[in-house]
Amino acid sequence: MLLEMATQGFGDRVALRSEGESLSYSELLQAAGAAAQRIQDSGAQHAALLDVNSPAVPINLFAAAWAGLPAVPLSYRLTGDELDALLERVAPAHLVAEPSRSRELVGHASAEVVSRTDFLAHAQTQARTGEARETDWPMDPDAIAVLLFTSGTTGAPKAAVLRHKHLVSYILGSVEFGAAAEEDSTLVCVPPYHVAGIAAVLSSVYAGRRIVQLQNFSPEAWLELAREERVSTAFVVPTMLSRIVEALEGRDSADLPHLRAISYGGGKMPLAVIERSMRLFPDVAFTNAYGLTETSSTISLLGPDDHRAAAASQAAKERRRLASVGQPLPGVEVEIRDEDGKAVPAGVRGEIHVRGEQVSGEYLGRGSLLQGEGWFPTRDGGWLDEEGYLFIEGRIDDVIVRGGENLSPGEIEDVLLDHAAVADAAVVGVPDEEWGEAVAAVVVLKPGCSADADELRGWVKQHLRSSRAPERFAFRPELPYNETGKLLRRRVRAELAETP
Amino acid sequence: MAQLKPGNQLRSAVCDTKVMVIAAPAGDLELTCGGAPLLGLDEDPPTGASLSPDASEGSQLGKRYVNEAGDLELLCNNPGKGSLACDGSALSLKGAKPLPASD
Repeated sequence: MLLEMATQGFGDRVALRSEGESLSYSELLQAAGAAAQRIQDSGAQHAALLDVNSPAVPINLFAAAWAGLPAVPLSYRLTGDELDALLERVAPAHLVAEPSRSRELVGHASAEVVSRTDFLAHAQTQARTGEARETDWPMDPDAIAVLLFTSGTTGAPKAAVLRHKHLVSYILGSVEFGAAAEEDSTLVCVPPYHVAGIAAVLSSVYAGRRIVQLQNFSPEAWLELAREERVSTAFVVPTMLSRIVEALEGRDSADLPHLRAISYGGGKMPLAVIERSMRLFPDVAFTNAYGLTETSSTISLLGPDDHRAAAASQAAKERRRLASVGQPLPGVEVEIRDEDGKAVPAGVRGEIHVRGEQVSGEYLGRGSLLQGEGWFPTRDGGWLDEEGYLFIEGRIDDVIVRGGENLSPGEIEDVLLDHAAVADAAVVGVPDEEWGEAVAAVVVLKPGCSADADELRGWVKQHLRSSRAPERFAFRPELPYNETGKLLRRRVRAELAETP
Repeated sequence: MAQLKPGNQLRSAVCDTKVMVIAAPAGDLELTCGGAPLLGLDEDPPTGASLSPDASEGSQLGKRYVNEAGDLELLCNNPGKGSLACDGSALSLKGAKPLPASD
C-alpha cells in the first residue's frame, strides 16, 4: 500500500540509486509485482533474502507483502550451519541470495534459491514486457510483514514478528506522506536484516525520498558516495559515525555541502564521538533514535534542537541530555519499572517498558511477550529525567551482581569514557569467589595516552561508589563489536576468562 | 456500517477515493464520500449512485482526515473527486506534525 501510494503520488521520481543505477517508484512497483508472482508460483511460505544492500532488498520486501508472505532478511555473515538452521525454520522458502552465496546454496532442502542477478533481471524484464499486476493490493493488517532474526547475543536467534499493522502504524506515526523534496536523498548503509534497514526503506518510500544504497560500509566509501550522490540525510550506527569521524582526522570539515541531517541509533553513542561529529558537521542536524526490533524501530528521539541545546548548555542537567535518547514519539508511552513491576518516579533506574500501536513484542513460536494493558518489557535498563528525557543503561541481562548489589555496566563505562586517556571501555562481571561477581574493565587507550589500572580505579572512585570501581583492568587495542555496532560482551567476558 | 477497525480499507461508491481506517470510535458511523456511503474493497457500488455536487471538493493522496471529535481518522490512499464525511459532517484535513527523520 505504501509503495502504491508513492507510485501514484510521484511515480516518475527516482526511488533508488544503487551502484550508479536508478529505479523509479513505478519501476519499483512493477518489479515488486513481477517478483511477487514468481515467489507465489514457487509455492514458498516465506520470502527470504541473503544479500548486501542491493535493489533486491526493497523489491523483495514489497513483493513479499504483495504475495501475502512474510519477508525474511537474513544476515550475510551467517555460516553454512547457522544459515541451514534458520532456513529450516522458514521452510519452504524462496531465497534471493547474493551471487557468490547462491552458487553454494542451489538445491537447498529448505529453499528455492535464486541468485540476485536472476531475480532482478526477471523482475525488471517482466515489469517491462509482462502485463502489469493488478494493483489492488489486499493487505491484512494482522498478517506478518517481516520476520527478523535477532542477533541472539544471549543464545539461539529468536524470530521477531512484525505485522503490517505495526509497521504501518510506525510509518504513519513518524512520516508525512510525500514530505521529501525531489532532490532529497538518504544514504542507507545499515544491513538489510537490521530493523533500521527495513524502516529506512519504508520511511523513504512513503516520504518520497530517494534511497542511495551502500553495499558494504567503510568510512571512505560512505564519504565518497555521500558526496557523489549529493546525499541529504543518512542513518548510521554509532560505530560507523565513530569511524567516519576518524577518517576525517586532521580536516576542518567534512566537505559534504548537501548533507543536512544524520540520525544514529542501534547502540550506545560515546559522548566524545557525538561532540566531535557536531563540530565536524556544524550545519548538520543530528537525531538520536532509540528503538528495538520488537518495537518496529524507533520509539524515542533526541532531535536536532535537543542536540544543540544540550551542547550549548552550561547546566550539567541539560548538558548530559546529549547522552540521552530524548523523548518518546507521539503514540508511544514509556514507563520505568522496578523489579516488582511497579512504576518508579523520574531519576530512578529500572527496566524500560513501552506501549503503543507499533510495538509488536512477539516472537515466532513463543507468542506475544506483551504484558497487561499492552506493555512490553524491553530488557533494557534506564531512567527518565524530570522532563521525560530517557537515558539507556544497557541490557538488564548485563547487570553485574556483586555481593547482592546490582551494578550497571553502562554507568561505570560512562565514567571511564570521561577520562582523558580513555578511547573506549567495556565493563563486565567476572566470576569471583568472594562477591559472586567482580567488576572487570577492558579499556582502549587513546593513541599517545597512558593511564594504569590504579589511576583509572581512583578515577571511578572519585565519581561513583567504591563498589563500582573495577577490581580488574585489562588493556586492549580495540573492543569486539558486531557489524551493527553492538558490543559483544559475551566475547569480552570469554576473553577475560581465558587470560586471568 | 459495521464496527470499523484500524487497518480496514474502504472505497468510494462514486469516485476513485480509497481510505484506510487509522482510528475509529466504537459504534455505528455513517461514512460517506461524494455523498454516497463508503464500501468495502470487495463490495459493488449500488447502481445509479453518482457524485453529489455538495460533496465534490475531492480527497488528497496521503492526507489524513479527521472528524470534529478527533476520534475518527482516515488515511486517503487513493485520491478522488468526492469529499469525505461522517454522519453528515465533512471531515477535515489533519494538520501535519513533521518529525525529524530518524531513518
